[in-house]
Amino acid sequence: MTPSSDRDGSAATSAPAQPPLIEVRNLVKHFGPVVALAGVSLTVRAGEVHCLVGDNGAGKSTLIKTLSGVYRPTGGDFLFEGKPVSFSSPREALDLGIATVFQDLAMIPLLSITRNFFMGREPVKNRLGPFSFMDMALADRIVHEDMRRIGIDVRDPQQPVGTLSGGERQCVAIARAVHFGAKVLILDEPTSALGVAQTSMVLKFVRQVRGKGLGLIFITHNVRHAYAVGDRFTVLNRGKTLGTFAKSEIGLDQLQTMMAGDKELQELSAELGGTV
Amino acid sequence: MAESSGAETTTPVSAAAYDERLIRQSRLRKFLGRPDFGALSGLILVFVFFGVTARGTGMFAADGVLNWLTVSGYLMIIAVGAALLMIGGEFDLSLGSMIGFSGMMIALPTITFHVPVTLSVLLAFAVALTIGFLNGLIVVRTHLPSFIVTLASLYILRGLMLALSILFTNRTIVGGVKEAADGAVVGFVFSGTIGDSLFAWLADHDVIGRLPNGAPSVRGVPMLIVWAVAIALVGHIVLTKTKAGNWIFASGGDAYAARSVGVPVARVKIALFMLTAFCACVFAACQVMEFGSAASDRGLLKEFEAIIAAVIGGCLLTGGYGSVIGACCGALIYGVVQQGIEFMQVPNDWFRVFLGGMLLIAVLFNNLIRRRIMSAR
Repeated sequence: MTPSSDRDGSAATSAPAQPPLIEVRNLVKHFGPVVALAGVSLTVRAGEVHCLVGDNGAGKSTLIKTLSGVYRPTGGDFLFEGKPVSFSSPREALDLGIATVFQDLAMIPLLSITRNFFMGREPVKNRLGPFSFMDMALADRIVHEDMRRIGIDVRDPQQPVGTLSGGERQCVAIARAVHFGAKVLILDEPTSALGVAQTSMVLKFVRQVRGKGLGLIFITHNVRHAYAVGDRFTVLNRGKTLGTFAKSEIGLDQLQTMMAGDKELQELSAELGGTV
Repeated sequence: MAESSGAETTTPVSAAAYDERLIRQSRLRKFLGRPDFGALSGLILVFVFFGVTARGTGMFAADGVLNWLTVSGYLMIIAVGAALLMIGGEFDLSLGSMIGFSGMMIALPTITFHVPVTLSVLLAFAVALTIGFLNGLIVVRTHLPSFIVTLASLYILRGLMLALSILFTNRTIVGGVKEAADGAVVGFVFSGTIGDSLFAWLADHDVIGRLPNGAPSVRGVPMLIVWAVAIALVGHIVLTKTKAGNWIFASGGDAYAARSVGVPVARVKIALFMLTAFCACVFAACQVMEFGSAASDRGLLKEFEAIIAAVIGGCLLTGGYGSVIGACCGALIYGVVQQGIEFMQVPNDWFRVFLGGMLLIAVLFNNLIRRRIMSAR
């Protein structure tokens, strides 16, 4: 039931000729005496959705914050496109093409969609002294078109993001990352707060983004959502990887069991008819 | 939107059906949802009220208008700075003390050390900007609430100003700046008037009245008002049209989110603290040149008046939302009501009652707007 980790996912996706977008080996992160990551290994290739599943406290957040440049790893290797990297800020990761969409702080609700979309990368029309004027018309048009392409009709790009639904907000955040040339997109629980229709909207968009050849890391503790879009699955437990599995190697139930990890939880889950 | 509804896949059809209902609603919401909507309507209300009740008092004659415009103009100068800082997510309680301190920084060197007044003014600006920079630096480095940090500066600056003026002149009012500034360019820049010939012409044609000595009742547009309008205009354009403006909104809306997409939040906030210090110094320079003196009680409570104007103008205390135009309307309301009450010879105490009530209404109103934006759908 617990196959030893075939972390290279040899049976998995296409053309392993080119180096994976992201490869981490035995990543360790300590916060003082607390060991948040105790040797995590993971590879993400272009054109795949790599799901990172694990219960609360498994180290998912620490891992993605390390990948996105918020934390510096205490030990282990971190390679981007085959080359070792070390980030001192999220901006550096972003410049290389690792974009992270955090579940709650992706957007500022009071600001307009356009202002959010171009936050930090405003299109500049002309300059006057120290001030660069934003090309608001161009920005509005880009937002309108990008949103339309994913099936969201934004009536007015100047409306506050707060007026969008949760799913639409996630889609705006993802579209923003894609627009600015992300190669790897880290999605932190994009569906955790969403209803069914909203979730399917986001999952559909995730597939569409994968089709463009981006590598996606999809973090969730909802195995169903993971299984719906994932190509490979890495299970985290207590700061360690339990293994990486291609979709063909593992069933939904197995994945669920492995994620639950703890014996008692598994029994409870079985009692409740596997609905947890 | 309507043409494409049939052509594409399944979704746009229902979207178009929704659109017809939503467009009308969103237009109304857009109008009501302007951050300065409340202040604009409040301003109209105030004008109508005094237009009717203070008709015969001369409040709306040229010199009456100048009277309340001067009060509004002074407040506008600092309200714009306070509003931008508030949108950027911070407060500056040292604004009032900074006015007093900057004024003393102009008067003291000029009077006691006979430094050329132009140099004193430049020095005052340099010192004010440095203090603003330090305020900002402490706030962004320590992550302490700016409320506390600038409360400390409020006391430090007020105390320092008193101590220095006692130390060098043994009194708390330092006068004689007007004479020193006579003929100097800075004298004109901060307390001159422009358009004098226009007003003379208007007086010749009996559009505006004359003083008993025959001079037009209004000599010209005071530079103070020119400064107020210029600062407001630049502030408004920067906030709404430029990259820096987007950064201000982002820094105040959610500093963490802004930082994670590359907005230099720390630099933005420090620049805004420097801006409020700059505004306070402009205020002080105008005041010192107008009165010819610096005094220990100058700028007292101005920090709160600036915040009140900003809040009446629709700025949220939590940052990330507001408008410069709104803050200007807030300042105008303040000036019109304060002087209007004077013109009507109502005891001045009522003005404070009104101001407090107005502030409360504005905060409740802003809260309502925010809730509507945040919970829509």
